[in-house]
Amino acid sequence: MIKKISLTLTTACLTIICFAQDNSGEFHGDFDLNMQSYQEDELIGAKAADEIILNNAYLNINYTKGDFSAGLRYESYLNALLDFDDEYKGNGIMFRYATYTIDGLEVTAGNYYEQIGSGLIFRSYENKGLGQDNAMDGVRLKYRPLKGVYLKGFIGKSRTYFTYSDGIIRGADAEINVNEALNLESKTRIIVGQGFVSRFQADINPKLLLPQNVAAYSSRLNIINGGWNYSGEYAIKLNDPVGSATAEENNYANGNALMSSLTYSQRGFGIVAEMHRVDHMEFRSERAKEKQYIINYIPTLTKQHTYTLLALHPCATQPEGEFGTQIDVFYKIKKGSLLGGKYGTKISFNFSRINALNGGNSFLNDNSEHTPMFISIKGEELYFRDLNLEIYKKINKKIRVTGVIARQSYNKDVLEKPGNYGIVESTIAIADISYKIKKGHTVRIELQELLTDGGDGSWSMGLVEYTVSPHWFFAVQDMYNWGNHDLEKQLHYVNINCGFLSGSNRFAIGYGKKRAGIFCVGGVCKEVPSSNGFSLTISSSF
Amino acid sequence: MKKLFLTITAIALFSTLSVAQSRTLPSLDVKTLDGENINITAIENDGNPIVISFWATWCKPCKKELNNISEVYEDWQDETGVKVIAISIDNSRSMAKVSPYVNASDWDYEVYLDPNGDLKRAMGVSTVPHTFLLNAKKEIVWQHKGYVDGDEDDLLEQIEKIVKK
Repeated sequence: MIKKISLTLTTACLTIICFAQDNSGEFHGDFDLNMQSYQEDELIGAKAADEIILNNAYLNINYTKGDFSAGLRYESYLNALLDFDDEYKGNGIMFRYATYTIDGLEVTAGNYYEQIGSGLIFRSYENKGLGQDNAMDGVRLKYRPLKGVYLKGFIGKSRTYFTYSDGIIRGADAEINVNEALNLESKTRIIVGQGFVSRFQADINPKLLLPQNVAAYSSRLNIINGGWNYSGEYAIKLNDPVGSATAEENNYANGNALMSSLTYSQRGFGIVAEMHRVDHMEFRSERAKEKQYIINYIPTLTKQHTYTLLALHPCATQPEGEFGTQIDVFYKIKKGSLLGGKYGTKISFNFSRINALNGGNSFLNDNSEHTPMFISIKGEELYFRDLNLEIYKKINKKIRVTGVIARQSYNKDVLEKPGNYGIVESTIAIADISYKIKKGHTVRIELQELLTDGGDGSWSMGLVEYTVSPHWFFAVQDMYNWGNHDLEKQLHYVNINCGFLSGSNRFAIGYGKKRAGIFCVGGVCKEVPSSNGFSLTISSSF
Repeated sequence: MKKLFLTITAIALFSTLSVAQSRTLPSLDVKTLDGENINITAIENDGNPIVISFWATWCKPCKKELNNISEVYEDWQDETGVKVIAISIDNSRSMAKVSPYVNASDWDYEVYLDPNGDLKRAMGVSTVPHTFLLNAKKEIVWQHKGYVDGDEDDLLEQIEKIVKK
């Protein structure tokens, strides 16, 4: 079998190369290498790796010629970095595809990534930084039968580490841009969409009657008029018990999710109001409860912070049940006004609040039955609350300043691990100042402070960064957990980084201690262990 | 078998290096802020250079780059006729914020959405910001990963080189 695949691949590659040699196509791609050494540090609980050095690397190659394209990704984990699941082991071409488009029909065979609507019922995607990749392997068709009508259908299996999970996933989606389809000349534009996904997995459980086909569907609506934009999606997942012997896990209830956003904006001003409600909506590629099988995406309804201490206590969606609201306001005070000064001042305000569903998620099995109230906020268990204000001001040609103040409530028992931690209430202040020394040379200083009695106690952080455009950067940072209740854990986490950038290549080396915690990139979070050592990152594209 | 894969990869790479000449945009759809689908190859600037910048509302250096260019954008346009296209990779978590943020920031760029990263992957963008410069024939002639203060001066130099040609 493997020999056959490799032969096919060889033929495919040779064909591509032949094509390329008569200059009738393009080859492009990118390469990433992340190497890290691990030394033991008992104080921060960092473990040494037996291999001393661990390495992850990826090479993507894409070939395109007109409406045809093909490509592959070679992945190498020798062995995988400690913050990756150790199921990632060895080398392999784990992604290969070919696709072409003709007369409005697009055909893809092999691996592909796909999303239906917001992802509530289906999203296959990759995030190398987080070690997540649930690429599909199968076929996909996209077709535009009429102007403004977009159809797609796919079938395949979902990737889990170096293999594919048991379930067969079938999906279809239709999107109609009403104005385009009906040739309507209207100020109001309407787009509607309907998606459907189904998973098949044989029932081999001798005791339980498990559904072999589990369906999920969603409807969405987008209305745009001038500066106004409404977007909403409602999704339902039919009964999907895990099939375990534990009653709590064998929930036969249907799940559902609603997300809704209304935005208004004009020059210099924008506002976003959002809500979502999630009830038993995790959808997996097979009858299991582990996270690596998840094939849908329920966006977290909080601001994605990038300053370290603002992101120290991050929120993550509780797919089993939560209700949330969020408001964002963006405003630019005009140049020349009293508060705006010579260059104007930018203000961003954000508030979000997430709480539990009334009495928990929908539940249906032999022992109990429960459906939570649709909206209940007061008196429900708080999961997360964040109130933050950011101000950005260019003082003169050399100095720019960003200031942030925030107040966060973080339910550690729910968002991190069950215990009796209670709610961690913290107040955070940040100053970020950059100063242009001369053309191309800039020094930037970040000062951050987080005050709290809960969790690991208060933190301070300082960072100095010196950049020489367009080639160099140097940075030193220290995080200091001065408020830890355990005196032995009042530690400094110092990191030194520098990098060189030239054309399409980027090299960075670092040395230092990282704290254990939740690491979030692109809206997805994972727990990473503490580590101590050197790191080398090389990324390149051609 | 592993050796075989490596050989193939090496051959593929080698042949790439020996034949790579021009680089064009992949034929893929992005969404406009009005929810319409448009093929990225359809972007136009009447034979003048185009800058494509991948960014996200949660990416500080990306916003810094686009804000800093925004301050000098009018001058750039007058001098070189360049057009800046900002492609947001915000997924459904923060996609609703893109249009209000862009409007409130007073940006004059063309903005598109690439919510599941299809264009991002096809163009070899592993991290944001990542900036591409296209010539009159819409061929990619220069690219840059990351952003630090002052990088826009380097970008302007590259744009001027194209205009002078």
